[in-house]
Amino acid sequence: MNEGKVVKPKIEAGEIVVENVDKFYGDHHFRKEVVKDCSFKIERAKLTVMIGPSGCGKSTLIRLLAGFEKPSAGVITIDGKPIDGPGRERLVLFQETALFPWMTTYDNILYGPRARGELTKETLELAEFLLSKVGLKEFRKKYPTQLSGGMQRRAELARAMINNPRIMILDEPFRGLDAMTKELMWEYYSALYEENRRTNFFVTTDIDEAIFLADRLLIMSNIPTQVRAVLEVDIPRPRKLTDIVENDRANEIKMQALSILHEEAMKSFSRGSKAAADFVEAYSKRSAKA
Amino acid sequence: MAGRKWGGTLLWRGVASITVFLVFWEIGSLSKVWLKWETFAWLKEMLVSIGWTKNYLPWIGAVPAPTEVLLAWGKVIDDVGYWHSWYMSCLRVLGGFIAAMVIGIPFGLLLAVNRTAFGIGFPVFEVLRPIPPLAWVPASIIFWPTQELSIAFVTFLGAFYTIVINVIGGARSIDTRYFQAAQSMGSSSWDIFRRIILPGTLPSIVVGSAVGMGITWEVVVAAEMISGGGSQIGGTSGGGLGFFIWNSYVGGSYEQIVVGMISIGIAGFISSELLRTLGHRVTPWLRLR
Repeated sequence: MNEGKVVKPKIEAGEIVVENVDKFYGDHHFRKEVVKDCSFKIERAKLTVMIGPSGCGKSTLIRLLAGFEKPSAGVITIDGKPIDGPGRERLVLFQETALFPWMTTYDNILYGPRARGELTKETLELAEFLLSKVGLKEFRKKYPTQLSGGMQRRAELARAMINNPRIMILDEPFRGLDAMTKELMWEYYSALYEENRRTNFFVTTDIDEAIFLADRLLIMSNIPTQVRAVLEVDIPRPRKLTDIVENDRANEIKMQALSILHEEAMKSFSRGSKAAADFVEAYSKRSAKA
Repeated sequence: MAGRKWGGTLLWRGVASITVFLVFWEIGSLSKVWLKWETFAWLKEMLVSIGWTKNYLPWIGAVPAPTEVLLAWGKVIDDVGYWHSWYMSCLRVLGGFIAAMVIGIPFGLLLAVNRTAFGIGFPVFEVLRPIPPLAWVPASIIFWPTQELSIAFVTFLGAFYTIVINVIGGARSIDTRYFQAAQSMGSSSWDIFRRIILPGTLPSIVVGSAVGMGITWEVVVAAEMISGGGSQIGGTSGGGLGFFIWNSYVGGSYEQIVVGMISIGIAGFISSELLRTLGHRVTPWLRLR
């Protein structure tokens, strides 16, 4: 691929600290605790992956980090400053595409700069660079509905990167893509990361995805969400897709992560159902025997 | 709404269906003639057995045949009065419709984006909305100084409610992710309104307008009939197509009634088609699925 001129903005990697954060919904009669006393750090210039059972409140945490919602207690700071509402230094990629359907790929990518009145020559050059970087140069005039799932995700990555955020937050971005495309996106995304070393926070439910991408792996508990364990994924970069199957260290981390996740998934599975709780009990007796 | 092109198979199907329709109509209305024939004695007997004693088929037999209608049409086609009726109805529809767009779209958007405005405006709107536009005819004749204005007002009401409801619904159904994405890229409220809410509502505006346009035609014709079409502008022919039909009925020219009806059909079709084309043009991202 001819990538033309390399345009690189100055990367300022940010750091987010979450301290004793609570988040509940409803009033005190019907209070639903989603996040409780949750503390962790998204380290500067690292790719932190958060994994947890589905329904554990990961998306709630993301809304808190993005500033769309405020924590009920505790503080979240970015580079020392408390987060107060959404801001361009933290960009979120959502589970489903949030490309604006009424804009072409090119206009979507230029949305941020245009909104802030920063449509300079450098920005336009950067847009060109990013377009070729994500392989969508020929698709610049297409609307999102005309792009495939993988292309949409890449367009969205470009739309986020042009704003040069200090931290990128990705909420299960590759969910729903087919297995092949997903693996290509992993390779693609980790190459992008290795090139820029921005602070990235990536949420997923897929253990292979987590291990392939992560520098640090946060394993979350069942609801109300807390960090159960932090694993350093010290597999050298650039990684290969075969690493997640063949690399011993990767397998070791995977087993460790899975056993914690399994416990939490069981809790989440049995929550609120007597029958399911009985099943889990019987299941754990059986596996203890085995 | 997929992009439609008039041509090829679609055109031929349309032509074929209209032809078949006309042929059946011709045969049906000629039943005055052929039902007397020996061959169809059985059919006659069957009709008598269900209590139909007239010399033609029920309903369709009483309608003038297409050939007769065509002849009647030929007579009025070079009549200035007939075309003036077209002109008057189109003018009223256009006036009412444009007024409904100009007032309805901003009003709907205001209710959709502003909580206070919604709280104040929506209850009143919801109470007035179920009142059929035609129920406004007597009141508007009293309220408005001229006949013309009262017809235009009723026409306006026909499209107004549909447009407003569609705009509110459309703006409200815009996915929150778009707002969140825009916000986190540093959009101001004005920018979000201009580049997210407006284009996001546009498809609903198009749909609302198309439906509203249909209602406008229904309303204008009825309003013209009720108000007697007595516009000073064109004398007896200033009443528009609705009055043209009414006049033909009073004058006993049944062929002309049908001419008037089909004229309205054609006028409605043309305006819908125009709106659709315009709609496709302003929402290019929708036809490319």
